[in-house]
Amino acid sequence: MSQAMSSTSVQEQPVENYLNWQKGPMSWWMSVDHKRIALMYFVSMFFFFLIGGMAALAVRLELFRAGDFFTPQTYNTLFTLHGVIMVFLFIVPGVPATLGNFLLPLMIGAKDVVFPRLNRLSYWLYVLGALVVGSCIFMGLDTGWTFYAPYSVQNRAAVILAALGAFILGFSSILTGLNFIVTTHKMRAPGLTWDRLPLFVWSLYATSLLQVIATPIVGVTLLLLILENAFGIGVFDAAKGGDPVLFEHMFWFYSHPVVYIMILPAFGIISEIVPVFSRRPIFGYKALVYASVGIAAVSFLVWGHHMFVSGMSNWARYIFSFLTFSVAIPTAIKVFNWVATMYKGSISWDTPMLYAMGFVFMFMIAGCTGVHLATLATDAHYHDTYFVVAHFHYTMQGGTVIALFAGLHYWFPKLFGRMYNEKFAKFTWLMLFIGFNGTFLPQFALGMQGMPRRYHDYPVEFEPLHAISSVFAGINGLAYVLILGHLAYSAFWGKRASGNVWNSLSLEWATPSPPPHDNFAEIPTVTEWTYGYGKAPSSEKANNPAMA
Amino acid sequence: MDNTENTSSLLDFLKGNFDQMPEQASTWAGQVDTVNNVITLISLVCTLLIVGAMLFFAIRYRRRTDNDVTSQVTHNTTMELVWTIIPTIICGFIFYVGFTTYRQMRTPPLNPLEVNVDAYKWRWEFRHDNGKKDTNLLVVPLGQAVRLIMTSHDVIHSFYIPNMRIKEDVVPDRYTYTWFTPTKVGDFHIFCTEYCGTGHSDMLATVQVVTPEQYKSYVWDRTGQSDADLSPAELGAKLFVKKTCNTCHSIDGSALVGPSLLGAYGRTRECTDGTTLVADENYLRESILNSSAKIVKGFAPAMPAFQGMLEESEVQALIAYIKTLKVDGDVQSSAPESSSATTNTKDVEK
Repeated sequence: MSQAMSSTSVQEQPVENYLNWQKGPMSWWMSVDHKRIALMYFVSMFFFFLIGGMAALAVRLELFRAGDFFTPQTYNTLFTLHGVIMVFLFIVPGVPATLGNFLLPLMIGAKDVVFPRLNRLSYWLYVLGALVVGSCIFMGLDTGWTFYAPYSVQNRAAVILAALGAFILGFSSILTGLNFIVTTHKMRAPGLTWDRLPLFVWSLYATSLLQVIATPIVGVTLLLLILENAFGIGVFDAAKGGDPVLFEHMFWFYSHPVVYIMILPAFGIISEIVPVFSRRPIFGYKALVYASVGIAAVSFLVWGHHMFVSGMSNWARYIFSFLTFSVAIPTAIKVFNWVATMYKGSISWDTPMLYAMGFVFMFMIAGCTGVHLATLATDAHYHDTYFVVAHFHYTMQGGTVIALFAGLHYWFPKLFGRMYNEKFAKFTWLMLFIGFNGTFLPQFALGMQGMPRRYHDYPVEFEPLHAISSVFAGINGLAYVLILGHLAYSAFWGKRASGNVWNSLSLEWATPSPPPHDNFAEIPTVTEWTYGYGKAPSSEKANNPAMA
Repeated sequence: MDNTENTSSLLDFLKGNFDQMPEQASTWAGQVDTVNNVITLISLVCTLLIVGAMLFFAIRYRRRTDNDVTSQVTHNTTMELVWTIIPTIICGFIFYVGFTTYRQMRTPPLNPLEVNVDAYKWRWEFRHDNGKKDTNLLVVPLGQAVRLIMTSHDVIHSFYIPNMRIKEDVVPDRYTYTWFTPTKVGDFHIFCTEYCGTGHSDMLATVQVVTPEQYKSYVWDRTGQSDADLSPAELGAKLFVKKTCNTCHSIDGSALVGPSLLGAYGRTRECTDGTTLVADENYLRESILNSSAKIVKGFAPAMPAFQGMLEESEVQALIAYIKTLKVDGDVQSSAPESSSATTNTKDVEK
């Protein structure tokens, strides 16, 4: 404490930055500064992340042994809570609302997003939506996060409230997307042409397009679900002549693209980290850009793979399977490019790079098991089993969350002007890696054996693998607590960091860390692309941007 | 479950009942597993290559000085084309084998044996074409194509037999179908794989593959359905299991989804709306046929109404059975003062 006090003295810290620019809770709540809004998103999202995580651990506790620990009803509420919180309150706002909000203006050399007050409204809507969704905790919402009708037409009050909350959160998402699109178009610093844009900005741009185009559809769907519950309009309820499969179509028409809203920014983070820590230009910049935009476009055409066994027509199944495979190719290209970027690089094993490499490993598993699920013959066996559970946790946790933590460690000195303890960070990385893989690898085997998902109890032959999974889930959970605790501690009391710890070349590092309220004293002019890292062999010309 | 022999050749590996997959019991199970193993093998090779390359680079090119000389190559069109085209070909191939295998799984032969499947929260009813009915037990003859015509009477369920490698949602207000030809005699799990509420994980059933002769005698054995020579209580005991009352109601005093029925008859109950009542025959009848009318305090109204799904004689048999579930030495377990109800049961017992 005392050390922290003394270190706030004038000579050590820039006199003014966004953290100390104004004081008091209201200066945060009313702030239109994208950096402060990003931090508030961080705090709120990680709060819900921990609650959702506790629900997950409770779920694993129930499944540790065959037989009941909680009542079936409690279990159903717990996995619903886990899903609803993690999807709507954590991973959908996810990277764009936190790192995206903080970095987008900095990376394009702008003083803020183009509509700062709209940005604040996005956050307020997020808080409002989160409170509405959170209140379902006390109402026994037990539909799963997917709200399939007609089951969701039976627990009316809780479903109305949850759908309303998700509806509000949808607006938060749409407004953020809109803000980012216009910001990227209108606020880039002079000389920062589209082909010089950092890949993280490109990925945010592709994500924002999805947010703006896809989210209204889930808005309509949720509104219909609310009306169905409140007034029995009979759109989805078969008992009233409605079509429950229509709900699935409408739901997944949004909820498949939303998977890419979650993962595209994660790709962007990895594309930033790999070249910095390999001291080498990113390999295949254009391919990575086209892959991001390509994935965003194709993501609208593949929702049917969530419905291969839903009773949809056979030809629809065949065609959706074919289309689904087209997502695999741009995704594979990205992985090849990251690995190629490491070739003949100068690779440091700092924590962000360890996270990035962990990401590549886990995302390979996620991608390959996705092929099992895109294939019709095997999906018939795997659909709605633990194979699917393991697959999407590999994409969402092994992919997005790991990338978010990669980015958080990479940009941590940017955010707070302080450093975490490198050794402890590496230790917790290893713990997370072991905990995560130990939790979800056995679940692939469970799925192969035929263990259905959302079961509070199971035939005893599934017990050994469930037990292993539960034990590692504990390690996984503890790792998150340690990582977040450590980062929170370091944000206040970590060692002071230099302005550009990693010698990065992108614009966000061309201003002090933590950045001043206005980001840049003077808007920079860009003359080179962002990725001119490393030192050329004597024959090649060094490629150093002017802003370095 | 896993009775794989450890054969060594790659072909055997691809054909085999590899790793964790359940025993193959339908005509296409082997083919599905082959598709699965091909994908798994390609995945393993790709993952090992990519992750191997990454680790190799991370070690081989680990930073030595802050001024290491690094490659400045930013792209390589030939290489990028190669790693676009090869995955495209692999994906096309996997789609094709998955598609052709699945197409036969969606194309039943002309004259299959047809069984109607009715899904309820939380049980499966199977009706064979001669009217033979069974709950949570699907008996099918070995080697004959069986087509299941399925519908749900409440929410969406999903019909899954791991050993047959089939799964299809069961949707209210429409028929969906699936089919298979069993190739092994034995009992296999049927799971519900679409979340359907409190009893979702109890919605288990068994598919029993028997010889065609056994199937014939099963289908024409209607004694289970007439039950003429059983006493009401005996019939009730059978119905209690057959209609899956036992999924939610114990007979040993432990509370499951619903209250235990041990000593339920004649007991004074407090309901969720604050009223108290004595559980007599009329109450039990109402609780079976219109179950949400009066809910015992501490429980959720989770039980489906059995109105129209039980014969009156079956309701009476169930009540007669519940009456036999007495707590030892429980004075309360004698009949309550409800003359009409008592008369009813006596009529049945005649």
